[in-house]
Amino acid sequence: MSLLDVRDLTVAYGRQVAVKGVSFTVEQGEVVAVVGESGSGKTTTANAIIGLHPASSGKVLLNGVDIAGWSQRRLRSIRGHRIGLVPQDPSNSLNPVMKIGRQIGEILKIHKYGDRAGIRRRVIELLTRVGLDDPERRAGQYPHELSGGMRQRVLIAIAIALRPSLIIADEPTSALDVTVQRRILDLIDDLRKEYGTAVLLVTHDLGVAAARSDRLVVMKDGLIEESGGVREVLAAPAAPYTRRLFEDAPALTAREFKSVDTSAEPAIVVRDLVKEFGSFRAVDGVSFEVLRGSTHALVGESGSGKTTTARIVTRFTGATSGEVVIGGDPVSPRDFRRRVQLVYQNPYGSLDPRQTVAGIVEEPLRNFRLGDRAARRARVKELLERVALPETLLERRPGELSGGQRQRVAIARALAVEPEVVVLDEAVSALDVTVQAQILTLLEELQRDLGLTYLFISHDLAVVRQISHTVSVMNKGRIVESGTTHQIFDSPREEYTRELLAAVAEPVR
Amino acid sequence: MTKYLLKRAGQALLVLWAAFTAAYILLQALPGDSILIKFQNPELGLSPEQIAEIREYYDAGGYLHTVLGFLHGDFGYSVDTGAPVVERLAEGLPETAKLATCAFVLAVLLAVLIAFGSAYSGRLRGLLLAVPALFISVPAFWLGILLIQIFSFRLRLVPVIGGTELQQLVLPVLTLAVPISAPIAQVLARSIDQVLTQPFVPVVAAKGASRSWILWRHVARNALPPTLTVAGLVFGELIAGSVVTETVFGRGGIGRLTEQAVNAQDTPVLLAVVVLAATVFVVVNLLVDVLFPVLDPRLAT
Repeated sequence: MSLLDVRDLTVAYGRQVAVKGVSFTVEQGEVVAVVGESGSGKTTTANAIIGLHPASSGKVLLNGVDIAGWSQRRLRSIRGHRIGLVPQDPSNSLNPVMKIGRQIGEILKIHKYGDRAGIRRRVIELLTRVGLDDPERRAGQYPHELSGGMRQRVLIAIAIALRPSLIIADEPTSALDVTVQRRILDLIDDLRKEYGTAVLLVTHDLGVAAARSDRLVVMKDGLIEESGGVREVLAAPAAPYTRRLFEDAPALTAREFKSVDTSAEPAIVVRDLVKEFGSFRAVDGVSFEVLRGSTHALVGESGSGKTTTARIVTRFTGATSGEVVIGGDPVSPRDFRRRVQLVYQNPYGSLDPRQTVAGIVEEPLRNFRLGDRAARRARVKELLERVALPETLLERRPGELSGGQRQRVAIARALAVEPEVVVLDEAVSALDVTVQAQILTLLEELQRDLGLTYLFISHDLAVVRQISHTVSVMNKGRIVESGTTHQIFDSPREEYTRELLAAVAEPVR
Repeated sequence: MTKYLLKRAGQALLVLWAAFTAAYILLQALPGDSILIKFQNPELGLSPEQIAEIREYYDAGGYLHTVLGFLHGDFGYSVDTGAPVVERLAEGLPETAKLATCAFVLAVLLAVLIAFGSAYSGRLRGLLLAVPALFISVPAFWLGILLIQIFSFRLRLVPVIGGTELQQLVLPVLTLAVPISAPIAQVLARSIDQVLTQPFVPVVAAKGASRSWILWRHVARNALPPTLTVAGLVFGELIAGSVVTETVFGRGGIGRLTEQAVNAQDTPVLLAVVVLAATVFVVVNLLVDVLFPVLDPRLAT
């Protein structure tokens, strides 16, 4: 008998059916990864298993007992006790106004684990087990006093508190830095071995799924496309969708490194850049050059100073000292905006929801008084075609577009004034792998056709490997190491670079 | 933290001074002359010189003198009765304080009942959330009269005149509380809804917590700060509301005093009432500001 046996599970939100008859099993102590893109129904499936979303039909057998039809009251005895949950986003998954110790103790209290002193002891034990230093002090702190990785450890402590036989981990590391990500996944692995707990790992990250699971369940549009042992599926994906997913995932497919044309002029020269916020040095003596027509990646974890550097390059922030030269000679602030454009990470936030697509793309042209109405109109159409968006979208608003379409609109807007340099700040990080692959291809085409120079800010090494010619690795405001992408990935000289690379899945390394 | 408090206290003093000055200027600019209204009465037979002398007595010193007087707790004399303003305020204050405190507590209780009630029940939700809109659109004077009609004349539960202190208090408190509870209920209901959409809520549910556990132990404290802001703001309404309520129910108090002072153009009393109201308002909101970092530790840093 399987630990968890999901049969023909169907879940609907109102009329929309999000999960359409899904069946899979999880055995004692194994890791099953449910992978899929956003909207595939993977998270809904996970929520339906513990009854946070009512199932419309189908069975959820836990040790042979169907819990799908149970009342909320009955389900409460299972939640936390038999099935633990490690949620997606550690920054918002803890109550901000309750101390850490109480939030862990709570699960013990709900399930009547013991008296006050017993609970207190167990909380300290758990905090120690998940590797938090000074657990006594941590128990008395609030979530905002802890880093993202520490918060995720607290959430894991909550999930394992009652030694459940199954842990559902819903994107447990997507919001974390790569090195932290690896430590958290290692921790989950250790606990699994120690307690014999099974893990249902819900993730969009194929690299994580491939490296950490025994079996894979690939979902798309609420259906299972393919499932099987992780080695078998990786070696010979049966479903066309799975194959495409793997091909598009930069973490799973190693490509040729880009060769660097060293004869080109530098388009961006950054020298001894320093930025201080009060007494804190966010950027500490950063220097690099980007050759015309090439892509330079700034790689680092959160707090490394890469975004601040990008903001200085785009002149949204002034530097404390140092200089940035773009295109060789100084220009007026207004002309500068024509030369350098920015594409931002979040395509939801960087487009005005009230403007139409045509209005968004036309706005820079109007700001710079380029052409009359008819000329601008024609240029907007040309730009949309350039980024492969159909003309029918002209009068739509951002809310009616998909994530990938929105990012195409943002790129079209950036290209409107024919810039030389485009700064891409985590420009593909929020996108699903297949969409990400399309946008990356688009960026490569545009670079080739228009001779663009990219400064590519990213935390995702797999993406960086694919798109960039040269790389600078940043840590704590400094550049740790820089070189061609080939050098950095194949023969890293610095320990920090090696640590970053170790966190990336096998084929890319 | 101390810096934050000092800054807030400084702002409070500034607001008080501004309220005082604005009231002073406005009352001076009012057309009509309270001294003439009262003393230019043929029956009194006062000569213009004598009236000028009386005027001197009341207005002595102008703005600066009045400010200094207020700082020493000397609010001058009522033009209407000749009694010191302090005495008249002291007469009315306990009654109004009783009424306002009870009404505020009741308003908060009503708001909590409506907001949490709607968070619990699926079916009653729409109905409960319509209540604040109804409450706020009911004029206080009309509500007062309606309550007297129903409870005193129809049901004969509460005597119109006489009765115990509690009986005298019930209807005015209700009249005052109902419109005030509406904005509090609305904001509380909305912030509860908002907190319920936060990712930490399903995490608590996944621990095996019940709906009540989630609502009272997690959502309540998170939903409190915006509600507190509104509660502080509507505190000002209590003073305005007490004018109508005390008049309708024939109760003594600051509201009643205000009404009399307006009729008699009793400037010193009005000025004192404005300053009193402003003080209460400012102190309450200062308390709210102090409570904020206590409720939300993120603000303490």
